Amino acid sequence: MQAWTGKRPERMAEWWTSYGLPTALVAAHSLTLIVILLLIVAFLLYADRKVWAAVQMRRGPNVVGPFGLLQSFADLLKFVFKEPIIPAGANKGIFLLAPLITAGLAIAAWAVIPVDKGWAVADINVGILYIFAISSLQVYGVIMAGWASNSKYAFLAALRSAAQMVSYEVSIGFVIITVLLVAGSLNLSAIVEAQDSAWGLLGWYWLPMLPMFVVFFISLLAETNRPPFDLLEAESELVAGFMVEYSSTPYMLFMLGEYVAILLLCALGTVMFLGGWLPPFPVPPFTWIPGVLWFVLKVCFLFFLVAMVKAFVPRYRYDQLMRLGWKVFLPLSLAAVVIVAAVLQLIRGA
Amino acid sequence: MLAAFFFYLFATVCVGAAFMVIAARNPVHAVLFLILAFFNAAGLFVLLGAEFLAMILVVVYVGAVLVLFLFVVMMLDVDFAELRAGFLKFLPVGALVGLVLLVELVFILAAWVTAPDIVAQAPTPPAALISNTEAIGQILYTRYVYLFQAAGLILLVAMIGAIVLTLHHKRYVRRQSIAEQVGRTREESVELVEVESGRGLS
Repeated sequence: MQAWTGKRPERMAEWWTSYGLPTALVAAHSLTLIVILLLIVAFLLYADRKVWAAVQMRRGPNVVGPFGLLQSFADLLKFVFKEPIIPAGANKGIFLLAPLITAGLAIAAWAVIPVDKGWAVADINVGILYIFAISSLQVYGVIMAGWASNSKYAFLAALRSAAQMVSYEVSIGFVIITVLLVAGSLNLSAIVEAQDSAWGLLGWYWLPMLPMFVVFFISLLAETNRPPFDLLEAESELVAGFMVEYSSTPYMLFMLGEYVAILLLCALGTVMFLGGWLPPFPVPPFTWIPGVLWFVLKVCFLFFLVAMVKAFVPRYRYDQLMRLGWKVFLPLSLAAVVIVAAVLQLIRGA
Repeated sequence: MLAAFFFYLFATVCVGAAFMVIAARNPVHAVLFLILAFFNAAGLFVLLGAEFLAMILVVVYVGAVLVLFLFVVMMLDVDFAELRAGFLKFLPVGALVGLVLLVELVFILAAWVTAPDIVAQAPTPPAALISNTEAIGQILYTRYVYLFQAAGLILLVAMIGAIVLTLHHKRYVRRQSIAEQVGRTREESVELVEVESGRGLS
């Protein structure tokens, strides 16, 4: 009896240190990441609209809060307090599952992104494959929403956008392979560290692999259905594509998932081509700034490019989109894989 | 303990989802359950330390193959009542296939007991020395390189076959030639014509 009561707190403590504490730490880490991510998304939405407005010489959101900074939060409240309308003929379960899947997957992929040295929630060996896998699942949110809405417009739009997302995944996959070949690892932190050189920003992969960076950026736009490839939403032709039957919080989840996915691919581009958390010049005044700041700055830079493209470029026609994906990017990236592999073999020797 | 918990979680959901694939009334639900089953199988791979296989399973099967499944099932109006009508007729064949698969599975598992030397010969490098991605690459591109290439060729032939079956050129269709459009110059495409008032162009 004495031994048993004496042992119990000990076993409890042991369980806590070996299982409880790591789990709680990961949970806390993930929660922090999600909160910060959603905050950043709220302000990026605002930034996106402001950039768009500035290009068109409008003012953009400027009423809620100073300079309209709280606009996204006002939108959030509006979305949440509206009534979610579910069409009578809809497949209710799948109808509500689709936005959850879209938003959930987009956030889940962030688990492996290293925002600073050793700052990933899960620094797994196959990090880049994980991101690729998760982003290839994004298409399910679209198809399920389109089918479950039981509306011909939603369904046709879902088919179009599913075809689009699948096509551009191929070229993104090949671009990822070229980066993997050069970096020699599937681990995202290792890819960033492979770009660390005395050359600073000239040593990052965007310069030696400039064509692949361009292909990646354009595929990023197509994969996340951003203008000029926003053929799934196409507000002037299709009203809202596959989301036409959605309202209120489910619609907001789609929006959220879309922006988190854009941010994710921007972060992936930062890791693969812009040196992740590395400072642009490896000399003191720049190395004092914490890496996470550099990471956020680079992601914001890529996002700014994405926002500018939205403002500048008219929408593609659907057949041209397919042509670009299959007849231009696919051969280009396939050739790049062969060329990069051959060059590496020549440089590093057999 | 945590690993055991996740094993039972993934395994239970996997088996349950696999059952629902054949039990679901709506074919689209069946495909969605199949996705769930694959996902949990990937989770089991991760628990085994085979994270590369897990990710490839998700990318290839869930991300590509099942999307096509879903397309087909959504486009076709599958009448399940009609399919169920032949249930008893096909039951013996189905049962036979199931039995063969079961016996094969038993053989594979029994090999651990009956022929441990063959199992031990399987080239599995220690996990601490080499990541499993590297291990797969090293064996796939050396010992099994011809089989690997042959598998790739079979896929290529299947792909070309599908294209040949579905591609037919219609004759009187105007096609866009991007190169021609881009290659146009101002001289050959625009002409400035002076038109006298009231005459028009002939």
